[in-house]
Amino acid sequence: MGPIIVVVEMQSDAMSPASAELLSRARQLARAQSTRVVALGFGEAARGALGSSGADDAFLAAGADAYVPTQAEAALRQVLQETAAGLVLLPNTTMGMDLGAATAAAEGRPMVAYATSLAAVEGGAFKATSQVYGGKLVAEVAVPEGSVVTVLPGSWPADEAVSGTTPVRDLVVAGESPMELVRTIEPDTGDVDITRADVLVSVGRGIQDPDNLELADELAEALGAVVSCSRPVVDAGWLPRARQVGKSGQTVKPKLYLALGISGAPEHLQGMKDSEIIVAINSDPTAPIFEVAHYGATCDILELMPILTERLGGAD
Amino acid sequence: MRIAVLVKDVPDLVEELELDESGRGLAVDDLSYVPSEWDDQALEEALLLKEASGAHVSAVALDTGDVDNMLYTALAKGADRAVKLVGDYDRTLPGRQRARILADYLAGAGYDLVMTGVQAVDDLDGQIAGLLGGMLGWPHASVVRDVAVDSGAVRFVQEYAGGRMAEFRSSTPLVLGVQAAKKPPRYVPIARIRQVSRSAALEEVEAGGSPSESLAAIERLYRPEAQGHATMWDGDAEQVAAALVALLDEQHLRS
Repeated sequence: MGPIIVVVEMQSDAMSPASAELLSRARQLARAQSTRVVALGFGEAARGALGSSGADDAFLAAGADAYVPTQAEAALRQVLQETAAGLVLLPNTTMGMDLGAATAAAEGRPMVAYATSLAAVEGGAFKATSQVYGGKLVAEVAVPEGSVVTVLPGSWPADEAVSGTTPVRDLVVAGESPMELVRTIEPDTGDVDITRADVLVSVGRGIQDPDNLELADELAEALGAVVSCSRPVVDAGWLPRARQVGKSGQTVKPKLYLALGISGAPEHLQGMKDSEIIVAINSDPTAPIFEVAHYGATCDILELMPILTERLGGAD
Repeated sequence: MRIAVLVKDVPDLVEELELDESGRGLAVDDLSYVPSEWDDQALEEALLLKEASGAHVSAVALDTGDVDNMLYTALAKGADRAVKLVGDYDRTLPGRQRARILADYLAGAGYDLVMTGVQAVDDLDGQIAGLLGGMLGWPHASVVRDVAVDSGAVRFVQEYAGGRMAEFRSSTPLVLGVQAAKKPPRYVPIARIRQVSRSAALEEVEAGGSPSESLAAIERLYRPEAQGHATMWDGDAEQVAAALVALLDEQHLRS
């Protein structure tokens, strides 16, 4: 079998945790299938991370330091053509969504997204499980040799220590890019930093109406907490982005995460599942949030919030 | 700027998801369907572009089921044209084949910009924007917001983990997987949709058959075995509030 390609993503000048997780599993799978691990990174900033990635070989597509989808795709396709890859692994992040599906389609390779486990099977193939339908179902998928798989961050641990130095080869990508980077935008932390709060009152779609946010504000005040939210609340324009927990928002680990009207889509769970205590209130007893929550209830959050606020001595 | 917005419907996750007898798929005829929420965001962003810069917006759906209402809704919201790609396929059509049929149509349809939802709840075999980008050989980007027309090119912002973003400028044709529109998707009353359905026509385009694509096969579909499950507090809001306060006291979390 050809090598296992791991596409490495950088985060604040270091390899992202999701990329380290992929490399870790790739080394195990490569041993099982008697093949090598080849890492691919983008931009000069990735050179150091590739050198200490634990991969057998690495390619560095230099050029812009920031990620540019078209350039990255051209680089990945070039690596696949040069190496006859037996498996291609990417984190299921923005980069993975850009490159995974496009590369699979362009190169005629099968694709499996949202994977949470990946194992080798005899004969050079693999088996994955993926979260589908908002985490309500799991798909067990036969992954043929040559497939592209995007893996949800946090699906398995990364190896603590990696020894040795990986040789890094510079990759020259031919052709003009139709897409240019205009600017990078650093996160706006807004008026509060939700990653520093001990207690978060986090609201989701179940809040139903922006007027109901006042109930969450009053509860948060009574609790000495900060209000955060899931993605749909930000997309509706009800709370600023700085308050968003999840894949495209902040990762939080408060002492208490009170999830109100949040169903628990995989993208949200990714940002809060390591909270010390999770209490979830959601009217749907089958909501995935209850799988990570320590305590749960299915009562009406709009009834619960004022009662709780009053019991805590607030908003009288 | 000629924009195609690709819309589809997906199983309503509020309802129970019944599996078929094989255990490898959903019992598609027993489910209720709703428009994919990210496609709604893509349509809204396209309509905002039209209002800002005079783009021509076509809503495009593959006829795998009852898509007429979704297309009439797009017209009622302000789309200029609704295209239904008809052929011999149904709701079991894998996303990869769906993408190929769409790509074959889009390749010759003269659009500058293709917008669709960043993902769907059922896109196990790849998100449609990336698949189309790869099949058409067009530039593409996912997890996109703040799309704008800029002297024949397109500017957009791409989101990353932790709230980081980057702004790009791209030539056309271009495929974008939209995460969120600048404003929440507009609402149109049902009476208006009915009115449009009586006065406007959907343009039917004969699309190709189900093409063969490299697919990874689902061997089993099942409800997750809970690795853990919350200890559930029964009772009404009063009882739950009491349990929560007791927990706060026990954990010394009252301010």
